[in-house]
Amino acid sequence: MDEIARLIEPQIPALRRYAYALLRDRDAADDLVQDTLERALAGWSGRRAGGDIRAWLFAIERNLFLQHIRRTRRAGPHVGAEALDGIASPAGNPEAMFGARDVLAGLDALPEDQRSALLFVAVEDMSYAEAAAVLEVPVGTVMSRLSRARERLRAYMETGRSGLLRRVK
Amino acid sequence: MSVGDPRPVGEDDLHAFIDGRLAPERRVVVETWLAKNPETAERVRADRALRERLRERLAPIAAEPIPARLRIENLHRQRASARRWLPIAAAIVLSLGAGGAGGWFTRGSLGTRSSDDVTPMTQDAVTAFRTFVVEAAHPVEVRANEEPHLVQWLSRRLDHPVRVPDLTSQGFRLMGGRVLPAGDRPAALLMYDDTEGTRLTLYSRHGADGHSGIRYAREGDVTAFSWSEGGLSYAVTARISEARLLTIAQSVDAQLRSSSN
Repeated sequence: MDEIARLIEPQIPALRRYAYALLRDRDAADDLVQDTLERALAGWSGRRAGGDIRAWLFAIERNLFLQHIRRTRRAGPHVGAEALDGIASPAGNPEAMFGARDVLAGLDALPEDQRSALLFVAVEDMSYAEAAAVLEVPVGTVMSRLSRARERLRAYMETGRSGLLRRVK
Repeated sequence: MSVGDPRPVGEDDLHAFIDGRLAPERRVVVETWLAKNPETAERVRADRALRERLRERLAPIAAEPIPARLRIENLHRQRASARRWLPIAAAIVLSLGAGGAGGWFTRGSLGTRSSDDVTPMTQDAVTAFRTFVVEAAHPVEVRANEEPHLVQWLSRRLDHPVRVPDLTSQGFRLMGGRVLPAGDRPAALLMYDDTEGTRLTLYSRHGADGHSGIRYAREGDVTAFSWSEGGLSYAVTARISEARLLTIAQSVDAQLRSSSN
């Protein structure tokens, strides 16, 4: 047990950060992390020997998040990127490059696959290969998601609009 | 890569440059290239700034002390206590089986709740499950091929309409049922099984009017969900995951409610 805690607990701060970036709600984020850890404990003996614990935990967390998204999408209306387009940019903004727009609001406007690719690489410091393993896609796909994520985030920060067609997912 | 790495600069180089993942030699190549391509250089500068912003915005979360509930030791203790005869919050049930009906977002919104004690009804239901689920020769008194007779018989003995929920969409089909002693009026036990031979029981007897929340209980490896509806108390019991059994309990509850309207 101490061994499990020693391997898993160092990952918890990053799992909380990723969960918050996805959900933008503190309690819901920690609930997601708790679910992730419980899943990990239940599946501990069945995990791939010698596998990357961090990648394994992030993959569990993301899959739980996606399950949740599928359920809520069935259950009710979904606020997409277009909702953010209505947010006016502050007048007389003194900041040169992006103004006072919150980068997290821009992040919310990204489709989940692009958002996770960007978070894994830019925030969680995963290598492209590691991100590809967690996302279960080839490295080239990670790169193209990253390109689209950055393009879209830039467009949002510069204009206050996601600048692209509304997300259809 | 050498100083003279002749490959043309690609999008992957630009990302690696933004993410600080280029070898020093290649970085020189990319920087030289960017100096000649001011438009792209501007874009790359913006992306780097956004990367920094994103990291700064999210850094405080990772810097916080870990909430006690996320300590592995505490999660272990919770798992251990969930295996004992203690009804626990449905929240934990849902989180243990997050693939099922619940999830961290729907906690408390499913009408399930915990209780401080296991009702005698649930205890009897679990005892009945344990007694008959191991029966090879006579698991039921009246078999499913006589379902109309079974319904009539159980309804007469309970002095209350008994309905047989259809659980085929959950992978269970009716095996049959029997009458059991339970205080002044008898109880009904329906048994279902799936293609792998896993058995499940639906126990019902007289109970409170109106509708109660679904309660969770566990004894050893046996899980039960119980509730009251329209004058009868019900318990579904099985040795399957909490999440799967909760889905079945909700389906049974929904069917019984719609058929009594």
